[in-house]
Amino acid sequence: MVNITINNKKIQVPEGTTILNAAKQAGIDIPVLCYHPDLDIKANCRICVVEVEGARTLQTACSTRVWEGMAVRTNTPKVRQARKIIVELILAGHEMDCTYCKRNNRCDLQKIAADLGIRENPFRHVERDLERDTSGPSLERNPNKCIKCGRCIQMCGKVQGLSLLDYVGRSDEVEIKPAFGKYLTDIACVACGQCAVVCPVAAITEKEDIDRVWEAINDPDKVVIVQTAPAVRVALGEEFGFEPGKVVTGKMVAALRALGFDKVFDTDFTADLTIIEEGNELLQRLSNGGVLPMLTSCSPGWINFIEQYYPELLPHVSTCKSPQQMFGALAKGYYAAKIGKRPEDIFSVSIMPCTAKKYEAQRPEMSVDGKNPDVDVVLTTRELAKMLRQAGINFDALEEEEYDAPFGLSTGAAVIFGATGGVMEAALRTVYEVVTGKTLPSLDFKDVRGLEGIKEATVDLNGTPVKVAVAHTLANARKLMELIKSGKADYAFIEIMCCPGGCIGGGGQPYGTTNEVRKKRIAAIYEADRDLPIRKSHENPAIKKLYEEFLGEPLGEKSHHLLHTHYNDRKA
Amino acid sequence: MEVKEVLDKYGNSPGRLLGAMLEYQRSKPQNYLTKEDIQAFAKETGLPVSRVYSLVTFYSLFSEVPRGRYIIQVCRDVPCHVNGSVNVVAELEGLLGIKMGQTTEDGIFTLEYTSCIGCCEMAPAMQIGETVYGNLTPEKIASIIGELRRAGK
Amino acid sequence: MSNKVKKLLTARFGVVSPDSIEDYIKNGGYASLKKALGMDPEAIITEVKASGLRGRGGAGFPTGIKMESVRRATGSPKYVVCNADEGEPGNFKDRYLMEKDPHQLLEGMIISAFAAGADYGAIFVRGEYINSIKILDNAIKQARKAGFLGKNILGTGFDFEMDVYSGAGSYVCGEEFALLAALEGKPARSTFKPPFPTTEGLNGKPTQINNVETFANISHIIDMGGAAYAALGTEASTGTKLISLSGNINHPGLYEVTYDITLREIIEELGGGVPGGRAVKMVQLGGPSGPIIPPSLLDLKIDANEMRKYNLSIASGAIIVIDDRADALDILVRIMEFFHHESCGKCTSCREGLGQVLGLLDKFVDGTATEADLKLLRNLLDVMSQASLCGLGQAAPTAIKTILQYFGDELCGRIGAAKEVK
Repeated sequence: MVNITINNKKIQVPEGTTILNAAKQAGIDIPVLCYHPDLDIKANCRICVVEVEGARTLQTACSTRVWEGMAVRTNTPKVRQARKIIVELILAGHEMDCTYCKRNNRCDLQKIAADLGIRENPFRHVERDLERDTSGPSLERNPNKCIKCGRCIQMCGKVQGLSLLDYVGRSDEVEIKPAFGKYLTDIACVACGQCAVVCPVAAITEKEDIDRVWEAINDPDKVVIVQTAPAVRVALGEEFGFEPGKVVTGKMVAALRALGFDKVFDTDFTADLTIIEEGNELLQRLSNGGVLPMLTSCSPGWINFIEQYYPELLPHVSTCKSPQQMFGALAKGYYAAKIGKRPEDIFSVSIMPCTAKKYEAQRPEMSVDGKNPDVDVVLTTRELAKMLRQAGINFDALEEEEYDAPFGLSTGAAVIFGATGGVMEAALRTVYEVVTGKTLPSLDFKDVRGLEGIKEATVDLNGTPVKVAVAHTLANARKLMELIKSGKADYAFIEIMCCPGGCIGGGGQPYGTTNEVRKKRIAAIYEADRDLPIRKSHENPAIKKLYEEFLGEPLGEKSHHLLHTHYNDRKA
Repeated sequence: MEVKEVLDKYGNSPGRLLGAMLEYQRSKPQNYLTKEDIQAFAKETGLPVSRVYSLVTFYSLFSEVPRGRYIIQVCRDVPCHVNGSVNVVAELEGLLGIKMGQTTEDGIFTLEYTSCIGCCEMAPAMQIGETVYGNLTPEKIASIIGELRRAGK
Repeated sequence: MSNKVKKLLTARFGVVSPDSIEDYIKNGGYASLKKALGMDPEAIITEVKASGLRGRGGAGFPTGIKMESVRRATGSPKYVVCNADEGEPGNFKDRYLMEKDPHQLLEGMIISAFAAGADYGAIFVRGEYINSIKILDNAIKQARKAGFLGKNILGTGFDFEMDVYSGAGSYVCGEEFALLAALEGKPARSTFKPPFPTTEGLNGKPTQINNVETFANISHIIDMGGAAYAALGTEASTGTKLISLSGNINHPGLYEVTYDITLREIIEELGGGVPGGRAVKMVQLGGPSGPIIPPSLLDLKIDANEMRKYNLSIASGAIIVIDDRADALDILVRIMEFFHHESCGKCTSCREGLGQVLGLLDKFVDGTATEADLKLLRNLLDVMSQASLCGLGQAAPTAIKTILQYFGDELCGRIGAAKEVK
């Protein structure tokens, strides 16, 4: 332990603690912008500078580790002046339209300026009018707001292994953008939004599609239905002051009804459906010598990745659509007729933790009637929260409500889709029981030696050991792709999630997503699983009814037409 | 000269990349790196193209736009400044009919500012390729340009 | 005064051909290496410590202590890196050392590597120094052929290899961590310290990084012994210093002197004074990142203790003489434009601050500056020097600060100037 004083207060902290974390212990919140607990220390914004006795210059609290006897002052006139001028310098080069900005009231820079009491800027404003990128359906870049913290570079580089962004130029002309300043749609971006979820300001944000939803809701001729992803119900509460890890399903359903959706359905329903289709697909490949390992297909960021980086391995991918898209196909290709409407009368909205889902929804092949997309609009968790605030709905005051039938009933296997490893476990709960007639014992996942971030387990299917693996983040997906290419991947089934932690860590989730928060959301996912009466997809009565009444057999002709898809070689 | 060739010559390691890219750029008649060049360096080194592009746009000796055969680098840092670098610039702009940052129409000369080239004892100075020319006077400048023009044809 | 001019590092200039290792050996070259390889590495470090040698790049850190830190550090391989970026305007001493006596540098690095326990050496030369790079590359090949580099050097079991690396146009490569970033194939952006290169340097391994002139001294220290070296110069500043003299001066050039010489002696006696019979108006020490002083301070010795009394330092040894035709504001604008161009763009205070400084100076130039602008400028400069990530942002304000201190009228006198012109 090390003894230090912060603002004359004596405290003791473990060796190696940074001044930033030591101060937190002493009840002092030093402002930060470039610092992120899950990323490398960058020390470039300079906002966290403090006075350290004996040091010639101010020291950044995020990067300086304490030593025995260190005396730190966080609130001297020198420190306050430095902070003030640094924020003013950032603001002078920043597109200042807070009132109109997407991050209004949810912006790290705005919060610091507010906390420091910045009233005016003595520096002249620097107009750069750099080119914005609004080319794609998922993400937007506005370099005029960028504070050059570099968090996005590390997410895209180290975490996702794509390295599409980097610093370009130097001095005050430096920008963060893809090589040659290309649009995101002209490079192999997967639209995962991990860059957006760590950006402290509005330099990278998701495309907002809220207005289109209002338009549909206010259109008397449209039946507007909404589906909600598993990962949204354990994170939406954070937008309204709830602690991360609170399951708010009931309030979420009530909120959607209050917004004016005609039917509130659950993506978890089609997650169960996915398990039936995909489980049967796996069994078929296992018995017919089909392409193995089979790879899951519900993460659109991951699909964008394999199409653009490893198209030669596409035969491995399950032909199942994602739960979102299965839902959309059923909405237009089954539900419409069931309620006596035409497909184009249905306006189907999904609430997703994901920005890549916006890309997925507008894929040409995701349209059963060939006229409109099966999922008309995808809203992120953050956008849903904005809609609720627009409507003045007090989330906390809502009484819990239930989903509508027939697409509101789901199982524990469905809700765990939101966590990394969840799809795998859900699939095995069904596959194991179908083959052995017994309930799956708890899965014993072990880290794959030599492949950090990847887990594997073995399941005994009536004497046949079946090896499976689970990976999250695209850097880990890449390792597995290389393993498959080298012929050394002796797995039958691999679950891949594009985002760290799985969907609960998606690019559309509330700001403040850190690994700590991810852990809490994952815990909530498994809590929700335990609280559900049915925990295996094949026991979902609504699913059974769907097959009886409409689909027929899993992998049958109707399933093939509505619930399965193909992929495209998109390598540059 | 091919990208792979120059990388083999320098050794394909991270520290050698700048030297390799500089020599490659110098071997090109218009003294610049195209998109294809940059992508080729990325491919041959295994570095992301975003990193190679970051290098090209960070270091001032690289150019993404075509330039002349001879890049005339004029220094205007303090020692050259107090020894009349302003006059050197005026002389060159007059002789070549272009402004600093531009290339002559015949593609022979580009005028650029450089940061101090470490020849302050012969200020005012300029560097063209490997050669440094110091203690510049209007006559000297005219003579240097004349010689290069003849060589450039 | 002639006793303050020495030929230690410059002794072989013009005597040896830079392309000839035979010339170098004939003139005493590589004898120190042979002597050093027969010594205990700890003993070498003791000699370097005793010599009082301090870094010659400008920061002046004791070289012996740096060497010792690398030796004591855990990690492998270890590196010796020569900072030959020499981008500070006004400096050309390293170019001379590399182009006129390259083996002196190599020998110093090999001896240092042996003492520090390093396996590999790199000389990082700025990209504009094409000649230096060629000469060093050739010298390294010759040294390798002669058995001074490679495996089992001179049969002692010591393995050491080195290479020359080119920069590509970036002044900030002169900063140690920015330089290491360039050596790792990245843009030259510095990082926070601690840790320091001695424990986590090139590729995160223990690295001794020193200036060309610093390494050039090593063979001489081994040759004459640390104590004899310390006897040269002054108590606080031992050995010799290479002075790059330039600007408005009759005899600009490279001079090797001892630290007891005064600025005036350098400028008037060695430099021959200002041409055209003009007067010295101001002198900048070290380069644009250094202080600008008035003639009244020219009787200071370049010794560290004397300079420190006025918060000054001879730093890298560049002396830029500026005569009475100069306008201080014009010089400042040029200096700040240089830093603005060279800033790497990583940290807020330097990246955004330099542009704002230029904007404020513009107001002084066109006469629209107010008292409030002056106050803002002072505050901004304070924050830049206190909060910037590396030496570039920290030192960039120095010129303006010293102009305000010694030539304040030239700025303050322009406040409200535009209003006066009716």
